[in-house]
Amino acid sequence: MKKLITILLAGCMVLALAACSGGASGGGTQASTAPAAETPAFATVNAGKLTMSTNAAFPPYEMTKDDGSFEGIDVEIAGAIAKELGLELQIDDMDFDAALLAVQQGKSDIVMAGVTVNDERKQVMDFSDSYSTGVQVIIVPEGSDIASVDDLAGHTIGTQRGTTGNIYCTDEFGEENVVAYDNGLTATQALVNGQIDCIVIDSAPAAEFVKANPGLAILDTEYATEDYAIGLGKGNTELKDAVNAALQKLIADGTVQSIVDKYIKAE
Amino acid sequence: MSVSEKFYQAFLYNDRWVQYLRGVGTTLLVTVIALAIGIVIGTVVALVRTAHDQQREKRNPLLAAVNFILQIYVTVIRGTPMMVQLLIMAMVIFASSRNFTLVGALTLGINSGAYVSEIIRGGLMAVDSGQMEAGRSLGLNYISTMRFIIIPQAIKAVLPALGNEFIILLKDTSLITFIGGKELLYAAQGIMNRTYEAMFPLLIVAGMYLILVMIFTWLLGRFERKLRESDRR
Repeated sequence: MKKLITILLAGCMVLALAACSGGASGGGTQASTAPAAETPAFATVNAGKLTMSTNAAFPPYEMTKDDGSFEGIDVEIAGAIAKELGLELQIDDMDFDAALLAVQQGKSDIVMAGVTVNDERKQVMDFSDSYSTGVQVIIVPEGSDIASVDDLAGHTIGTQRGTTGNIYCTDEFGEENVVAYDNGLTATQALVNGQIDCIVIDSAPAAEFVKANPGLAILDTEYATEDYAIGLGKGNTELKDAVNAALQKLIADGTVQSIVDKYIKAE
Repeated sequence: MSVSEKFYQAFLYNDRWVQYLRGVGTTLLVTVIALAIGIVIGTVVALVRTAHDQQREKRNPLLAAVNFILQIYVTVIRGTPMMVQLLIMAMVIFASSRNFTLVGALTLGINSGAYVSEIIRGGLMAVDSGQMEAGRSLGLNYISTMRFIIIPQAIKAVLPALGNEFIILLKDTSLITFIGGKELLYAAQGIMNRTYEAMFPLLIVAGMYLILVMIFTWLLGRFERKLRESDRR
């Protein structure tokens, strides 16, 4: 009998905790929209700052410098947008899946991490206009027997956890043939070690990884071209409109293109 | 989305519960392998180190050398974080192994062995020295005295501490997610990445670990009671 009561009490605690988290997130959104009525048309998580969550292991979109600061296409575009909005850019580096969750839970204002727009993500977050595109490619060691997507079956595929490549591959080749790593760099290390047969990842970082590791080659896939956009909290229309306005201005005056060209050399 | 829909999506939709169950399977497999490795290493290390510490007049140089090496093992394993050991094993020592689960189990076993050895050593040293003297004076040799008199008493004394260590080991299996081992937490993260909902996958996994640990505790309790059967307290 005592044991039963203990179990019931434990159950109640779990439910109470769950209720807490629900209540807290509700309160959080209220708090962040309340000051919006005053001066600016939008509110940010930290006043005066544009907080961006990202996964800084995704060159050339975002990577860390030796001094611990960040650089890359997303970082510079976000910096330009923050300047347009009169805010200071603050970057929070974390795993990719955590970066997506951060913006949904109101811990950051925007997520920029080469985020592909897709229908599932649209259900849980809003997206700005697209600022770049990418496509999933395959990285293989030179001399690999993988020559196209059709050869992937039966091989161990490395991916980055939470990316579209990860989801495509588990859907198509089964969970047991796919290994999810925290970031593309770790996956590349595993490929160089020979622990996996190939990596499916976005084209731009793939090019960087191959450049840094001789003996690797890139294969094209027939996956559709993906639009990269800035992810925002669901229903945060004020900030989305402001970001979009800034982004359009930056695209129109060529700033975005020059940032992309700086990191991705045209061939 | 309502709470029940979220739960449906996290657990039932598309037979996702199978993924959790497979995760439980891997978690148990890793725990059992690591436990076996840990107990074997721990017992051997403890016996050698006790034998070394308890020798009286003439010191055995071979025993001293082995004892020294084992001390280094215990120091290194206890002195570095589990996560770092796991990454070193997966990316440096077994850099070409594809069996992430086994590498994880081996690492956890080696790690656990260091802690288990200290627990068992404590138990062996705690048995009154008169027991050894009595055994030896009755004509039993060192090994027989250990086997029939010292170890049975020591095991009973260290069982609660060992249980603690095994529970920690079971929960630490979640770390192998980070080297690509597909255990319980890995399943939850995979589902989180598809649903973009963190609450239920994490709560479900927490509940499953809790249930596993409770079963484990119950089994240990039974074993302890069994050993206490002939006690007069």
